[in-house]
Amino acid sequence: MNSLLLIILCGVVTFLTRFSMIALLKKEMFNNRIREVLSYVPSAIFPAIIFPAIFLDSSGSFLFEDNPKILASIIAVIVGMLSNNILATIVAGLSTYWFLIFI
Amino acid sequence: MSKKSKNFLRGIKDTIPLMIPVVPFGIIFGVLAIDLGLTPLTTIAMSVIIFGGASQIIFLQLFSAGASSLIILSSVGAVNSRHLLYGTVLSEHLSDLKLTWKIIVSYFLVDQAFAVSNDYFKKNKKDKDKHFHLIGGGLNCWMIWQITTIIGIFLGSIIPEKLGLTFAIPLTFLALLVNDFRKLINVITIFVSGSIATLGYQIIPFKAYVIVAAIFGLCVAFILTSFIKKKNYE
Repeated sequence: MNSLLLIILCGVVTFLTRFSMIALLKKEMFNNRIREVLSYVPSAIFPAIIFPAIFLDSSGSFLFEDNPKILASIIAVIVGMLSNNILATIVAGLSTYWFLIFI
Repeated sequence: MSKKSKNFLRGIKDTIPLMIPVVPFGIIFGVLAIDLGLTPLTTIAMSVIIFGGASQIIFLQLFSAGASSLIILSSVGAVNSRHLLYGTVLSEHLSDLKLTWKIIVSYFLVDQAFAVSNDYFKKNKKDKDKHFHLIGGGLNCWMIWQITTIIGIFLGSIIPEKLGLTFAIPLTFLALLVNDFRKLINVITIFVSGSIATLGYQIIPFKAYVIVAAIFGLCVAFILTSFIKKKNYE
């Protein structure tokens, strides 16, 4: 298949995953119980992006020992909880990581 | 200033700190695409048409490995399936919009914009123009993504791999979750989802580990919230 056509198809798939629920669901379908469970969506999705990026190397193997990302992430969470500031959290994590790999 | 432009500017402002990892990520994407033999025009077309970092990287990986179109399409679908949940969460606030606005908002529904607008919508339920917040945040991501894709295409690998800037990606998502680390059910959900994603990374086909882990996490949250009264954990 032509690569531009494949890109367009992938774009359509991506758009449909973003659009379908917004188009289909009506606000009358929501009740407090559904809202309560849906409030856990960030807690359910983001770790699935975070954890593999911290604990796996680029080939997908586990990396527990000698992994500066683990300590850097813990520091980031602590700084985040104390400061409540997104930027401070990212900067704390990155600078800890750099400190550990360069020094 | 009208409510619309106020929301729009607020969306831009709220997503600014989240742009730190988008810059190296966009550059890496541009460099990779050219490395793998795509033309600059195809690369830019990809960032405009797909507009999703993870999907575009998966596309490149599979495309360069010679995977069939069907595998590429289903993998992109699996990587994007998390947007179904984003849409579900936000639809309550967006269901009164005209179809045109729903289409525009959907195009800009990326992780960073979802994260900040989800909070903003909850706090501004009555505001009819709150969707401008998501459009502002999404457009900010869009601009940065296109500019950095082009930088990647033309400057090549100016960012040394040794800096480990890809680590900024999980850090951003971690930063978005810090408030959830204060609540027990959230912490359990986080560790269930994270463990399943890490263990399933190699096993679950089509890179669908994100949605599989998210569904497990949501089921756990559903069960726990059924048993524990709200006052006990908040």
